[in-house]
Amino acid sequence: MTTEPLTKRQRMAIGRQEMPARDAGERSGTFNEVNLGFTEQLALLEAQRCLACARPVCVEGCPVSVDIPSFVASIEAGDLAAAARALFGDNALPAVTGRVCPQEHQCEAVCVRGRKGAPVAIGHLERFVADWARGHPHDDVVTSEPSGRRVAIIGAGPGGLTAAGELARRGHDVTIYEALHLPGGVLSYGIPEFRLPNEIVDNEVDRLQALGVHIECNVVIGRTYTLDELRKSFDALFISVGAGLPMFLDIPGEGFKGVYTANEYLTRVNLMRAYAFPEADTPVLRGERVVVIGGGNVAIDAVRTARRLGARQAMIVYRRSRPEMPARVEEVHHAEQEGVTFEFQVNPVAIEGDADRWVTGLRVIATELGEPDESGRRAPRPIAGSERVIPCDAVVVAVGTRANPLLTSSSPDLALTNRGYLAADERGMTNLPGVFAGGDIVRGSATVILAMADGKRVADSIDSYLSGTPVELTAP
Amino acid sequence: MGHEVISNTSLSPTVHRLVVSAPRIAVVRQPGQFVIVRLGPGAERIPLTIVGSDAAAGTIELVIQAVGKSTADLVAVAAGSYIDDVAGPLGQPTDLITKGTAVCLAGGVGAAVMYPIARRLSEIGVELITVVGARSSASILFEDEFRSFGDLIVCTDDGSAGRAGFVTDALADLIAAQTVDVVYAAGPVPMMRAASAVTSPRDIRTIVSLNPIMVDGTGMCGGCRVTVAGAMRFACVDGPEFDAHSVDFDELADRLTTYGAAERIAVDHVCRSAGQPVTGRHGAG
Ligand SMILES: Cc1cc2nc3c(=O)[nH]c(=O)nc-3n(C[C@H](O)[C@H](O)[C@H](O)COP(=O)(O)OP(=O)(O)OC[C@H]3O[C@@H](n4cnc5c(N)ncnc54)[C@H](O)[C@@H]3O)c2cc1C
Ligand SMILES: Cc1cc2nc3c(=O)[nH]c(=O)nc-3n(C[C@H](O)[C@H](O)[C@H](O)COP(=O)(O)OP(=O)(O)OC[C@H]3O[C@@H](n4cnc5c(N)ncnc54)[C@H](O)[C@@H]3O)c2cc1C
Ligand code: SF4
Ligand code: SF4
Ligand code: FES
Repeated sequence: MTTEPLTKRQRMAIGRQEMPARDAGERSGTFNEVNLGFTEQLALLEAQRCLACARPVCVEGCPVSVDIPSFVASIEAGDLAAAARALFGDNALPAVTGRVCPQEHQCEAVCVRGRKGAPVAIGHLERFVADWARGHPHDDVVTSEPSGRRVAIIGAGPGGLTAAGELARRGHDVTIYEALHLPGGVLSYGIPEFRLPNEIVDNEVDRLQALGVHIECNVVIGRTYTLDELRKSFDALFISVGAGLPMFLDIPGEGFKGVYTANEYLTRVNLMRAYAFPEADTPVLRGERVVVIGGGNVAIDAVRTARRLGARQAMIVYRRSRPEMPARVEEVHHAEQEGVTFEFQVNPVAIEGDADRWVTGLRVIATELGEPDESGRRAPRPIAGSERVIPCDAVVVAVGTRANPLLTSSSPDLALTNRGYLAADERGMTNLPGVFAGGDIVRGSATVILAMADGKRVADSIDSYLSGTPVELTAP
Repeated sequence: MGHEVISNTSLSPTVHRLVVSAPRIAVVRQPGQFVIVRLGPGAERIPLTIVGSDAAAGTIELVIQAVGKSTADLVAVAAGSYIDDVAGPLGQPTDLITKGTAVCLAGGVGAAVMYPIARRLSEIGVELITVVGARSSASILFEDEFRSFGDLIVCTDDGSAGRAGFVTDALADLIAAQTVDVVYAAGPVPMMRAASAVTSPRDIRTIVSLNPIMVDGTGMCGGCRVTVAGAMRFACVDGPEFDAHSVDFDELADRLTTYGAAERIAVDHVCRSAGQPVTGRHGAG
């Protein structure tokens, strides 16, 4: 290790280090994680690329303001414990965000090194430190006296888990209610093993339980308990139920066998482990030719899953062009390496089926891109007479999700936006006193780090709400 | 943790009644609602109607017909053992009439779905006629209970008890002979479709309990989608009960066959692992 500090010129001379990855041929047959993680050597080299800017713009690009120069400097100094302390201070789940943050739109998008060449691989470094920390557990103790206040968190996704940790550390008695049989939210049922191994979520859940957080699975708020019942037995609530209601295209043929929503397809494979069928009991159709409709992370996860389940043809059908795809760039790149194919600028018009109502193809029409729409992206317009059928035996619809009304319909007083999401003020409080909300159920489908940022902010709000305002309770 | 199986009794050759500890569900569940059950690691999540409950004892009652791997594993759980996951109560409660005449029509294990509805209707005090159908006398479920709720007509395929033939024939005779305000029906899809065809010419309100394949039971996967009055509905949150005259039964019946090949593999796999011949019954439940 060098003892002399590197000059800026020396730092500038180091190129961005490549993330070691499992061979594309090997990995498209397994669900093992694709990225293997930086070695210490690679991490050191990459850390040396950071210029320790006086005004670190990278921090402004991060929704939770991770102190990037500080943790990167600690890597360079060889003090990984200090790097971990710096990281965990701002980010409860760095092993997750290091893997799934859209860094190219956030911290790395603004890193000064990106102006000439490649930005510092902040995500890869974050993952490196977080993985090291998992093997070197640090003391994570409750720093506050028990407050005697009880907080219920609804939904064990990244938003709920983050808030739980923050609140427990401040001495509050936290119970998380989760509808499914496992915590993690999208991290468990949606994002596949090959991108985010389950053990990372399990590890986080273990840490929360060690902090005294109670996690009750199989509890569906709105059914098992109503929101109003919880309000009576808890001092504050945090609703972080995500936006899990799948959307369909509303085209003919969506009832045929072989048509899945991405949520169903991914849940069968990830949460229910259908890839191990028949060792695991839940089946999934293994198409020879699978078409996935959509261009986001969800679509890319589904199509790479199809490939791993043995599809000869695993294809993305997306109505806009390549640069408009919202998926993480690294994921698109990996998908390509794995043999996934892409059809851009085509819009599905119908799903075709045989006499037994099994899917046989997707009828599409070509589109041209018109003027930018409200989202700033150019709106696709169909080209008359360009219809054709893409043969396939399974179709996965990955065109987005909306707010699930299951919980909100049990509490008619709760104010919703006109799109059915929860309305919350800047503290994250809804119109009901003591009831807070964050993550996808407030933002619409967003990102893991934004859900976590909400969890952290709402934990602050709940803490001051609980210490500031005396709460009137109607029941124990 | 998990949910203790308090008792497991056999009601017919393939049907068992399990009393399962689930204190909270026992308090709030209503007729028409169900739970999603997962036996343990690697097991499927499957929907099962809440047949009854004892709020004081903190238990719910499930009646399970062994039709495939998951149900066979569940009926084999001994009293004193545990089921890992029981989530609920899920689905909308039955829309119960408060006066008039109701017919409860049950085919096969549909009797498990119909039992809590018939029981509550008899408590409310409406005129109640239950029609239960089964293959033969050995597989009639809840005969004594249904009789205690009101009139009972038993139908068997082989004529070994009651009248020989389909429950829907009995239903046709009933509505020809008297006024019926509502028909509740649960059973195999062909039976529900036939019941709907019988009542639709007379415009008798008919409510069927649909049984599509489910995964989460919370509206998240869309796997349970059914077409009702031309619109897509999720049976787990919008149902499972719908207006029979608006249901696309063809689509439902068809979608239930999605995993036919996989189900045979699942059963074969177990039998091979256990070194035993295949004994499961593969017909639709
Ligand atoms: C396949 C897929 C891939 C993605 N990839 C990325 C990525 O690479 N990077 C990224 O940043 N983001 C990604 N996202 C988006 C990201 O996962 C979400 O924005 C994030 O998980 C939202 O977190 P949350 O805590 O708000 O909700 P969720 O993660 O949705 O968790 C909500 C939890 O609440 C539970 N719940 C719902 N209703 C109830 C109820 N009534 N009672 C009790 N519990 C309830 C649910 O079961 C769930 O466990 C992806 C999403 C999907 C689906
Ligand atoms: C709301 C609801 C309530 C139900 N209540 C009960 C109940 O109280 N008692 C009971 O015994 N069963 C009930 N069922 C049916 C039960 O869930 C299925 O029999 C079970 O999922 C089959 O699983 P398996 O692995 O044993 O069989 P599989 O191997 O999966 O299937 C065996 C056979 O059952 C059919 N099947 C598969 N899934 C379902 C399904 N969801 N519904 C109907 N048939 C299916 C298949 O087409 C196949 O022919 C209910 C279903 C729903 C949707
Ligand atoms: S949390 Fe995400 S955006 Fe923030 S520094 Fe880490 S990878 Fe970048
Ligand atoms: S902007 Fe880039 S180079 Fe500057 S401190 Fe941040 S990571 Fe380092
Ligand atoms: S079972 Fe998944 S939406 Fe109904």
